[in-house]
Amino acid sequence: MSFLEINDLKVHFPIRGGVLNTIKDHVYAVDGVSFSIDEGKTYGLIGESGSGKTTIGKAIVGLEEPTDGEILYYGQQVNKKRLRKKVNYNREVQMIFQDVLSSLDPKKRVRDIIAEPIRNYEKLTENQELEKILTLLNIVGMPPDALYKYPHEFSGGQRQRIGVSRAVAVNPKLIVADEPVSALDLSVQAQILNFLKMIQKDFNLSYLFISHDLGVVKHMCDYIYIMYRGRFVETGTREDIYNNPQHIYTKKLVAAIPEIDVENREALRRNRIKVEQEYSEKESLFYDQNGRVFDLVQLSDTHYVAIKNKEDLQDVENSIA
Amino acid sequence: MEDEKILEIKDLHTAFRFQDEYFDAIDDVSLSLYKNEVLAIVGESGCGKSTIANSIVGLHDKNFTKTSGEIIYNGENVLNYSEDQYNKIRGKEIGFIFQDPLASLNPLHKIGIQIEESLIYHTNLNKGQRHERMLQLLDQVGIINPKRIANQFPHQLSGGMRQRVLIAIALSCKPKIIIADEPTTALDVTIQAQILDLLTELQDEINAGIILITHDLGVVAQMSDRVAVMYAGQIVEYAETKELFSNPLHPYTRSLLQSIPQADSVGEELHVIKGMVPSLKNLVREGCRFAPRIPWILESEHEKSPMLNEVSKNHFVRCTCWKNFHFRDDGGY
Amino acid sequence: MWKTVLRRSLLMIPQLFILSIIVFALGKMMPGDPFTGLITPDIDPLRIAELKEKAGLNDPIPVQYKNWMVRILRDGDFGKSYTYKMQVSTLIGARAVNTLWLSLLTLILTYLIAIPLGIYAGRYQGSPFDKGVIIYNFISFAIPTFVLSLIFLLIFGYKLAWFPTTGSVEIGVQKGTFAYVLSKLHYMILPAITAAVLRTAGTIQYLRNEVIDAKTQDYVKTARSKGVPIDKVYTHHIFRNSLLPIAAFFGFTITGLLSGSIFIETIFSYSGMGELFISAINSRDYAVMNALVLLFGFLTLTGSLLSDIIMTAVDPRIRIE
Repeated sequence: MSFLEINDLKVHFPIRGGVLNTIKDHVYAVDGVSFSIDEGKTYGLIGESGSGKTTIGKAIVGLEEPTDGEILYYGQQVNKKRLRKKVNYNREVQMIFQDVLSSLDPKKRVRDIIAEPIRNYEKLTENQELEKILTLLNIVGMPPDALYKYPHEFSGGQRQRIGVSRAVAVNPKLIVADEPVSALDLSVQAQILNFLKMIQKDFNLSYLFISHDLGVVKHMCDYIYIMYRGRFVETGTREDIYNNPQHIYTKKLVAAIPEIDVENREALRRNRIKVEQEYSEKESLFYDQNGRVFDLVQLSDTHYVAIKNKEDLQDVENSIA
Repeated sequence: MEDEKILEIKDLHTAFRFQDEYFDAIDDVSLSLYKNEVLAIVGESGCGKSTIANSIVGLHDKNFTKTSGEIIYNGENVLNYSEDQYNKIRGKEIGFIFQDPLASLNPLHKIGIQIEESLIYHTNLNKGQRHERMLQLLDQVGIINPKRIANQFPHQLSGGMRQRVLIAIALSCKPKIIIADEPTTALDVTIQAQILDLLTELQDEINAGIILITHDLGVVAQMSDRVAVMYAGQIVEYAETKELFSNPLHPYTRSLLQSIPQADSVGEELHVIKGMVPSLKNLVREGCRFAPRIPWILESEHEKSPMLNEVSKNHFVRCTCWKNFHFRDDGGY
Repeated sequence: MWKTVLRRSLLMIPQLFILSIIVFALGKMMPGDPFTGLITPDIDPLRIAELKEKAGLNDPIPVQYKNWMVRILRDGDFGKSYTYKMQVSTLIGARAVNTLWLSLLTLILTYLIAIPLGIYAGRYQGSPFDKGVIIYNFISFAIPTFVLSLIFLLIFGYKLAWFPTTGSVEIGVQKGTFAYVLSKLHYMILPAITAAVLRTAGTIQYLRNEVIDAKTQDYVKTARSKGVPIDKVYTHHIFRNSLLPIAAFFGFTITGLLSGSIFIETIFSYSGMGELFISAINSRDYAVMNALVLLFGFLTLTGSLLSDIIMTAVDPRIRIE
C-alpha cells in the first residue's frame, strides 16, 4: 500500500539579476514529477549530476521547499513545515547522505549522535535510551565501545553505518538514501548494501535510493525512475529498464555501464556507438524544441516512457512480454 | 600487442615518512608496460596504486618519500633522475591524466594557455605554431568548437569537456606513455563511456602505452589488455585481462569480483570481505597480507614470505593460499 | 556587473542615512558639549548659554538632526568645527590628503615586506627561514601599537635621529616645491614603517597558508606533470592563486588603513584624519566627529564594493550578476 504520494512536484530556483535584483529566470531543478512509495519497497532514482535527483530527495524530507505540487503522506499534504509537524512526518522519513562525515557532528560522540532523533521524538529514560542505542549499534554491527568515540575515529564504512543507525533510530517508514555508497570501496559498499537490505526486512522499511551507479540501483531496487533535466524520462521495474529500455537516454545510460564482460567488449563498444548515433538522430522524438522531456506515456502495467508519440517507438510491442 | 617494452618497474618500494619513520606504501612492485597496450592497476583506496604512478615521474615530495628499486625507461633508471631530468620526460614522453578534471586545471588560466604550456617547455614551436597545435589537439579530443573553448576558463566547461582538455594536455607532445589515474571516477556513466572510448581511439593514433589506474573492475574489463590487482601495497595477481576475469585465482581478486553488484546478484547478498584494509602504519608486513581477511584459511596454506609466482603462462599470483581457497557461505556483513 | 555596482551604490544611500542617525544620536548621548571645556570660573554662565542657543544646541534633537542633514544635502556643508574655527570639509580635506599618502606608503611597505616573506615561508615550509618568519609574525602580531611605535620613535627618532618624531612636514618649506615633497616623505616614513610592520602579520600568515595549500592542489600536480620547472610552477600557478584572498581583502585593507591609522597618527602627532578624530572626540567637536564617522562609514561600504569588483577582476570564477 502506498503511504507517500508525490504529485507533479516542482522545485524551481530563481535566478536573480538586474539593478533591482529581481527574478530573471528559474532553474527548473525538478519540473513536474509524480510517483508513490509503497511499504517495504525500494525505489531507485537515477540521473546524471544536475538532473535534479538529489533535489527530489531533499524536497521529500523537507530540506527543500517545493515550488508547486503535492507531497501527500497518507493523503495529508506535508509540503509545509507546519503540516509536517502535525502528522509527525519528519520522524517517519529520514535521510542518509553520501558524505557521511560532514553529516555527523564532529564534536559529538556516537552516543549523542544516535540519541538525537530519539530525544526529539521519544520520551525515554536515560537507561532505556542507552539500551536502544546499544541495540541499534548491534544491529549495524558496531561494538559497544563505539558509543563514546567521535565520528573521525571511524572508517568510511563504519561512519555510514552510524549514519544508518541514526536514521533508523526512530523506526521510520522511509529512508531517502542519497548516494549512500558512492564514496566507499567495493568491499565496504557490499557491506552497507547487504546491511540496508537486511534491516529493510526487519523494519519493513522503504528506500528511495538516489544514485548514479546503475549496478547498485539494479541490485537494490524494485522500481526505477530515470531522470533527466528535472523530469522522468522512463520509469519501470528493473527488468523494464535494464532489459527493455525505450527512451534514448535510458538506452545510452544502460549501454554506458562498464560490464564485467571481457569477451564481448568490442560488441558492447559497437553497441555504445550505435546508441550514441541513435540518440543524436532521434532527439526530436524524445525532447521538445526547448529540450524539455515529454510527459510519460504508459507502455505496460509498470513501464512508462516520456515520448511525444507512442507510435514512434519501434519494436516496443514485440519486446513487451 | 606489440612486443616492445617501453617501461619496466623492478622491485619498486616507495616509503612515506610519518613522524620520522618511513612506511612502505608500495612494496616489491614489478610491472612492465608495452607499446600500444593498456595496463590496468586496480585496487581499493590506499592500496598504493596512485603511488606507483607518482613514483614513475617523481612527483612525490622528496623530503617525505624514499624510493628504491628500478624504473627503467629508455634504458635509464629514472629513480636516479634529477628534477631537471624528470622535467624533460614529464609531459613530453609521459602524459598524465588525473581523476578530478576541475581541480586539475588551474582555475585562473584559460584552457588554451594550459594546453600550450607543455608545448612551451618541450617543443621549439613559436607562439603561432603552438596556438595552431593547441587548437588541433582540442579538435582531436572531440571538442566541437576549439577556438571558443580555448578562450574559456575551466569552470565554464562541463566535467566531460574538462576531462577532454586534460587528455589534450597529456597528448600534447605525443607521449610514449600515458598514465591515467582514475580518469573517469568523477564523471557520469555516459560521459565515462565517451571518455574511455576516446582514450582507446587516441591510443590507436599514437600507439602509446597506457597505465590505467582505477578501482572499477568494469572499466578494467572494458579497457585493459593486462591487469595488476593490488592489495596493501603489493601486487597480488597479475595477468592478461581475459585470463584474470575468466580464471581469477587470488582470494582477494575472487572476493572483489563477488562483491560487485551485478545483474545476477539481484536479491542475493553481496560478498563481503571480512575485516578492514589495514592502515599503512598498522600493516603487518610479514606473511600473506590478505591472511587476516580470510581467517578460515589455515596458516599452513599461506607462504611464509609470499612471492608473486607464475602459475600459468603470464599469470602471476602472490602466496599459495589461492590453491585451496574457498568462500565461507555465511556471507554476512 | 555594472548594474550590480549601480545597485550596490544605490543601496549605500539608505545605509548611510541610518548610519547618520546613529552617529548623531550617539554624539548627543555623550556627556558635555563643545562649550564644556570653555567653562572657567571667570566666564559668565549666561554667555555660555547664549553661545549654546546661538549654535542651535537647545533645539529639540530631531530638529538639530534635520538642520544638520539639510545643510549637508543642500550645501555640502558639514558645519563648522568649534575648536578649529573652520569649515569641517576644509579641515578634513587637508587632513585626508595627509592620511591618504600615509596609507599609500603603509600599503606599499606592507606588501613589500609581506608578499616575499609569505611566499618564501610557504614554499620552504619548515625551513629555518620559515621558522624565522613565524617568530617575526608572532612578535609583530602580539606587540601593541604604542609599544612598537615608542620603540621605533626611541631608536630611529631620538637615538639615531634619522626621522622627525612629530608633525607631517617641515615648517617653513614652500608648498609645491620638490623640497616640500621630500620633507613630507621624510615625515611619513617612520609612522608608515611602524604601521606596515604591525599589519604584515595577517598578510604573511594568509599568504603562507595559501601557498602551502596551493602546493598540494591538483592543478599544481598537473603543471608539474607537464614538465614545468618548479620555479615556473611557483610564478605561473601558485603565486597568482595564493594572492586571491589578499586581493579580495584589498578593498577592506584600504578602508582599514584610512580609518585605522588613528593610533599611529596620534602617537606620531601626524596631522591626519585619525589624529583629528581623536581630538574631535576629546573636545566634543560634533561637526567634525559626525562628518568623520560618516566618511569612515562611506569608506567601509565602498571598500566592500571595491573588494567585490577586484575579485571579479582577478578570479574568472566569480561574476557579480
